[in-house]
Amino acid sequence: MQPDTHHEGSLAVTVLVSVGRHPLTGRGRRADQDARGVELARTLRGAEVELLHAGRLDEGSEAALRGYLGMGFDALSLLEQPAGADVLPALAEALEAAGPQLVVAGERAEQGEGSGLLPYLLAERLGWPLVSGLAAVEDVEHGVATLLQALPRGQRRRLRVRLPAIVTVDAAAPAPRQSAYGPARRGRLDVQAAPVMDDVDLAQWPAQPARKRPKRLKIVKAASARDRFKAAAAKAEGGGGQVLSDVTPEEGAEAIFKLLKEEGVLR
Amino acid sequence: MCDIQRRDPRQEWIARNRLHPRHLEVLADLGGQAGGGAAREWMGPHGLIRRNPHGAGFIGPNGVKRIDRSGGQQGQGASGARASTAASKPRVDIEVPAFLVAVVPDMAGGRLTGHDRDLLGLARQLADADPTARGAVLAVVFGEHKEDDFAGAGVDRLLHLAEIDGFAPEACLGALVAAEQAWTPRHWLLPDSKLGGADLGRRLAARLGERPATAVWQLDADGEAPLGWRCTARGAAGTLDFQRPLPRLVLALAECAEPVSETRHAAEPLALSVALPSQLARIEDLGQVAVDPAGVALSEAEFILSAGNGVRDWDAFHHAAEVLGATEGASRVAVDDGFMARDRQVGATGTWVTARVYVAVGISGAIQHLQGIQTCDKVVAINMDPGCDMIKRADLAVIGDSARVLEALVALVEQSREEKRNAA
Repeated sequence: MQPDTHHEGSLAVTVLVSVGRHPLTGRGRRADQDARGVELARTLRGAEVELLHAGRLDEGSEAALRGYLGMGFDALSLLEQPAGADVLPALAEALEAAGPQLVVAGERAEQGEGSGLLPYLLAERLGWPLVSGLAAVEDVEHGVATLLQALPRGQRRRLRVRLPAIVTVDAAAPAPRQSAYGPARRGRLDVQAAPVMDDVDLAQWPAQPARKRPKRLKIVKAASARDRFKAAAAKAEGGGGQVLSDVTPEEGAEAIFKLLKEEGVLR
Repeated sequence: MCDIQRRDPRQEWIARNRLHPRHLEVLADLGGQAGGGAAREWMGPHGLIRRNPHGAGFIGPNGVKRIDRSGGQQGQGASGARASTAASKPRVDIEVPAFLVAVVPDMAGGRLTGHDRDLLGLARQLADADPTARGAVLAVVFGEHKEDDFAGAGVDRLLHLAEIDGFAPEACLGALVAAEQAWTPRHWLLPDSKLGGADLGRRLAARLGERPATAVWQLDADGEAPLGWRCTARGAAGTLDFQRPLPRLVLALAECAEPVSETRHAAEPLALSVALPSQLARIEDLGQVAVDPAGVALSEAEFILSAGNGVRDWDAFHHAAEVLGATEGASRVAVDDGFMARDRQVGATGTWVTARVYVAVGISGAIQHLQGIQTCDKVVAINMDPGCDMIKRADLAVIGDSARVLEALVALVEQSREEKRNAA
């Protein structure tokens, strides 16, 4: 994205992409959430999308980054950073210089600490609002974006946010398109120099492959043997349920309606 | 009055004679004098205590006499006994806490979730580590809530900010920063969950400039760490475990600690001394969007209307699901008979559902089906057969013709919508 090529009505979007890791093979790949973010930006009307990555350029990461180029891009800006560096200053400076309207990122990285903190730190540093867990961008006009946020249980919430803003994308966003091989080979990786800051803390923490978490045991804390026996032999029962027999269908429906209202599942 | 015990030999004789017509009356009378209430023991003619073994126990729900020697239950059902055990938990009051551990629970649906309770358990672990200088657990709750058991969940102090309602991360953050300035808790604990804790915790970390530990699932005491604790945190999309000293701000996973179960706490209300800063909200909440319930995966649907063998009118059932805005489910019989798709089957052989409200229409409740709905909060059953297992499981059961009950329910919902529209 060059600022001088901007024309009226276009929306400058920067997508922060990272190198993912396949959960089974451990090979580098497009990070799933970042690829969803690229797909989301690609489907925005009138958007000029720029890809930005901060990290090392080596064989493994190049294949992964070219995966993003294969989604229909000519170039990707790469801020050269050594392994184990804190990429926050580099990204913040690059974003300040480019001044996009919307920054899209995945929720958390698939490698390294993966704390999901980077978008929040960027938002705090740039002073922009942040919306997490996006499913879709519905509309952008007059510097205000209408967004659809994904909630647990398949629910959605509509939000309106003033641009410039940072949004993060989770697994509810549309699935990314396949990466095309030809454009991926032809695309350019624009390597740029950037300030480097080492992440001292992370280097001190020993990391090991994730252990399986212990399953919680069902511990029955009962004073008497009878209670313990009852708990061990209990069937799955609600207990104390209200049974309405000999009622008219209307009365029954009334009772159910009241319960549904109390639980707030009726809209 | 004199203390001489007056005996009535005739009454004693009646009490011994089981065939006497006034036998039970006299037994009750003697029992009442002894102060027990139940006529089980009385003084015999020679000063011996006489026992009536038939007086022991109570008539159980199935009409069979049950004898309970634990002394816990007294016939009327478990509710009274449960209330008394809740009241008998030792109460812990921390008058002057050495420090505070702040917890910001998700409060999904206005109640503490299981994740929140685990987190409060973790907070208690941090607060009670040193018995000579105990800390207090402060819970910060936003918006209206329906929870009435903060005390049992281990909350010492409760900061309830009812004025911040809906999705307002910036206002919540402002309130948390105000709490930080007012009390400077030693730890901030938030659930690392999609319900809002993960988002708010990271915002707070960025604002306070603390580097938080995210996805924490284990905590160990460690004298060398600055705060005396060491934690294990998941990283790299759940493939790595990081061992690190516990920071001030912690985002913990579910089951990070055992919930509090043995003590009760004060849950004393606190208030912020300063007014919350009013700030321009850059994020505006336009409310929840109606999603197509048929598109929601069954395993994560919130409200399920499920059909079984008792349903005859399938068009009416589909219409009811549409009007109620419920995701459709089915028992195995309905799927096998070809009335519903296979991906709608609930139960051990289908989908294990996690709905908050599950309405079972004409489902008798095979054990496989009941396993599939184990984690549902509220189960409503509409069935013809009052003796089926689903009725025993249900929180509300209506015995009757399912088609007519559903029809009446649909009419009620449509009527209430109409009224709302007219009022608006």
